[in-house]
Amino acid sequence: MATITEVAPNQKTGVLDSKVPPGVLESKWTKYRSSVALVAPNNKRKLDIIVIGTGLAGASAAATLAELGYNVKTFCFQDSPRRAHSIAAQGGINAAKNYQNDGDSVYRLFYDTVKGGDYRSREANVHRLAEVSANIIDQCVAQGVPFARDYGGLLANRSFGGVQVSRTFYARGQTGQQLLLGAYSALSRQIAKGSVQMYNRHEMLDIVKIDGKARGIIARNLITGKLERHFGHAVLLASGGYGNVFFLSTNAMGSNVTAAWKAYKQGAFFGNPCYTQIHPTCIPVSGDHQSKLTLMSESLRNDGRVWVPKNEADCQKDPTKIPDSDRDYYLERIYPAFGNLVPRDVASRAAKRMVDEGKGVGKTRVAVYLDFKDAINRLGKQVISERYGNLFEMYERITDENPYERPMRIYPAVHYTMGGLWVDYNLGTTVPGLYALGEANFSDHGANRLGASALMQGLADGYFVIPYTIGAYLSTQISVPPISTDHEAFAKAEKKVQDRLNKLMSIKGTHSVDSFHKRLGKIMWENCGMARNAPGLEKAIDEIQALREEFWRDVRIPGELNEFNPELEKAGRVADFLELGELMCRDALDRNESCGGHFREEFKTPEGEALRIDPDYTYVAAWEYTGDENVPNLHKEHLEFNDIELKTRSYK
Amino acid sequence: MKLNLKVWRQKNGSTAGKMVDYVVDHVDADMSFLEMLDVLNQQLIDKGDEPVAFDHDCREGICGMCSLYIDGQPHGPWQRTTTCQLHMRAFKDGDTVTIEPWRAQAFPVIKDLVVDRSAFDRIIQAGGYISANTGNAVDGNSIPIEKTVSDEAMDAAACIGCGACVAVCKNASAMLFVSAKVSHLSLLPQGRPEHQKRVASMMTQMDKEGFGGCTNTTSCEAVCPKGISVTHIARLNRAYIAASLSSPKQEEAK
Ligand SMILES: Cc1cc2nc3c(=O)[nH]c(=O)nc-3n(C[C@H](O)[C@H](O)[C@H](O)COP(=O)(O)OP(=O)(O)OC[C@H]3O[C@@H](n4cnc5c(N)ncnc54)[C@H](O)[C@@H]3O)c2cc1C
Ligand code: FES
Repeated sequence: MATITEVAPNQKTGVLDSKVPPGVLESKWTKYRSSVALVAPNNKRKLDIIVIGTGLAGASAAATLAELGYNVKTFCFQDSPRRAHSIAAQGGINAAKNYQNDGDSVYRLFYDTVKGGDYRSREANVHRLAEVSANIIDQCVAQGVPFARDYGGLLANRSFGGVQVSRTFYARGQTGQQLLLGAYSALSRQIAKGSVQMYNRHEMLDIVKIDGKARGIIARNLITGKLERHFGHAVLLASGGYGNVFFLSTNAMGSNVTAAWKAYKQGAFFGNPCYTQIHPTCIPVSGDHQSKLTLMSESLRNDGRVWVPKNEADCQKDPTKIPDSDRDYYLERIYPAFGNLVPRDVASRAAKRMVDEGKGVGKTRVAVYLDFKDAINRLGKQVISERYGNLFEMYERITDENPYERPMRIYPAVHYTMGGLWVDYNLGTTVPGLYALGEANFSDHGANRLGASALMQGLADGYFVIPYTIGAYLSTQISVPPISTDHEAFAKAEKKVQDRLNKLMSIKGTHSVDSFHKRLGKIMWENCGMARNAPGLEKAIDEIQALREEFWRDVRIPGELNEFNPELEKAGRVADFLELGELMCRDALDRNESCGGHFREEFKTPEGEALRIDPDYTYVAAWEYTGDENVPNLHKEHLEFNDIELKTRSYK
Repeated sequence: MKLNLKVWRQKNGSTAGKMVDYVVDHVDADMSFLEMLDVLNQQLIDKGDEPVAFDHDCREGICGMCSLYIDGQPHGPWQRTTTCQLHMRAFKDGDTVTIEPWRAQAFPVIKDLVVDRSAFDRIIQAGGYISANTGNAVDGNSIPIEKTVSDEAMDAAACIGCGACVAVCKNASAMLFVSAKVSHLSLLPQGRPEHQKRVASMMTQMDKEGFGGCTNTTSCEAVCPKGISVTHIARLNRAYIAASLSSPKQEEAK
């Protein structure tokens, strides 16, 4: 892998077509949905669709497309589709139902999401998301998702950060689990009917393109190690986010960028790679052994109050002995309008500021308190336990401290990636026939995602968007007969994948895959994490290039190629992270402003808040791969805001 | 602390396995059990040996991917805790810890501690769903559901499908798993129309997969990391008898 010295990217404009339909915002989707080309039922049977991923986005898409009559093949690397990372989502899912009669509406959800994303998302996509949000709840209830209910038997809601209405639906602290089990059950029903073929313990390792169109994949059977070829008239990537590039994150251990990265290298542009969400409430790192970080749901900020001691001398004291007068409830102090429920980026940076000022608590002094004392006094332990019991238990198992009696120690951690494959209004990437759904695409959340909006987006994409929008493409493909996987394009793609696997196995170096992953994570966290600056990013690019070179020279992968080999799986993923990390730094370096989760220290207000530079940076950065040896091209999709006025985001 | 491990090693499904002894040092009480295995694996890789294969993903007790029989108990000594949530403060310096895979005919070993649990997926495919195509739903609040009923459905729906219930059972029965899914769906009004069919097909599939009958010893409830109650088994048994008494045709006529 060669070293790239040139830093300034080649800039291109005008190549990207967002395909946003014309017309007024409110009726764009309804009109488009009713006019987009359809595929007749008898033709659907002739069309094959490959879906990578069985999380909320993939499972909902696969089930719905199969219900419509398409032939679907679905892949996941876990042992069962039910174990996709979506299962771990805790807090809830947003929908503009206005069941609480508190002034919610489609427009307000749209507005909150665009503002929450710091005006870096595409209006038309976000509006569509808000429109279909209500259908998601209805669909899930119909599938038997046991959402929380009140005593009248109606659906209950809670509040999440960055908004002033209560629109979050939840199933205890296991909302993602229940939503995923709903989608998994719909998928299972289609598997039983034979309309979906499920390939678990399979990893997609490349896209096969024929005449410029995505026509299939190469996947590795993780049990036998054998490569397989699969044809599809279209390929959908619902492969999740890439937060694990930081090594430590709240993502599941297997979450990775591989599928999206292969797509990038086959011509799909990568959108806003540097937009990373650092979640404010996670259990702090306890030592070098740490393999992942555990989220404490944002819903806790409904009742928990965040504070640090006013005096540095109190930071190591028993927190229960520190009187209120000596506590700084800094979120309530600085942001009185939203208090503890400010958006994630704002809450995370505030926590970092407190720690940087020497007010951090706990053994490592890299934590702040999240306190339930007042809520317990007001509502009783019973109510708190009903609301958050499982989270409290989770916290106690990990820390050996009882949060009913002692405030939780929390600190921000990498959680979600707003960046991802660039997609148009149809969710199509820049490769015809290749689509991206859920966290794997860049759409909808701009530079910062609001809590409870990822589940909404994943299910919107899968249940209610792609089943319609894919018609625009597939209606042109009905006369294309299935292409034999003996086609030379498949053979070539398979050989490329095989060569890379052989190469990895042949290195037989001295350092484990994890050791490289940890080092990459450290570079990323220090230079492309919560605070970034130009010299740091430039240094990080050099360091990543050097680390990548070392990896390909010195990584040690035990075991054999053609067998179940988790180290080999990890190696392939880390190799891709080692390339992605560099692109993230390049993107962060190009964006000379601060917005949402992207905070460049050179660009801040006198109060230390993010300073956007709208005239120069109101665009989506879409990066085009130009070869391992070359600097990628930067394409800009300029964002137009016709229905919302760009303002400085204030939660004060 | 320093621990003596006895770990099941098996190259693949077609070769025999055996217990192998290892020593791991510098184990911190704040580590999770799987982080301790990470340390062991790092040690093995450094020595040029093959690391121990085990399933895991979320490492926070929700995906159901981790398993492990630890000192004769599925998911180890802590109650209502998955292996990934078990922390090393449960052990002390010098302890000997035995680690084995789930053992059941329906869960064949793939490698070391990794087993194939796809039988569970096939049971769900047989009927663990409500037939509601996308787009057919009525407003979420059009059918109120009593809070107690919906809470009970949620208790049952909390199953993570890890298979500890099967692993602990003398008959390797999957009754807790099946009954939890049946309760979850059938308690809800949306799940009633397919209730009888669901019971019959899931039970048939369970038998086909080679899971045994219920032993009534309730050991499954005791080891379930989510505390799923055996009352669901009782409910399923009643429903099964009812289902075998009335054919689907009679059901439709009602
Ligand atoms: C701890 C936690 C809590 C969260 N809580 C909330 C919440 O309360 N509300 C909210 O809105 N959001 C929440 N989120 C975010 C949300 O859960 C995720 O963004 C969302 O679930 C992603 O869904 P997905 O379908 O896009 O991808 P995933 O669920 O990550 O699924 C990815 C799928 O792709 C498959 N896959 C990936 N690569 C390959 C490959 N190469 N080959 C084959 N298969 C592959 C995987 O096997 C998997 O099936 C939370 C996230 C975390 C980490
Ligand atoms: S790894 Fe997910 S439950 Fe243990």
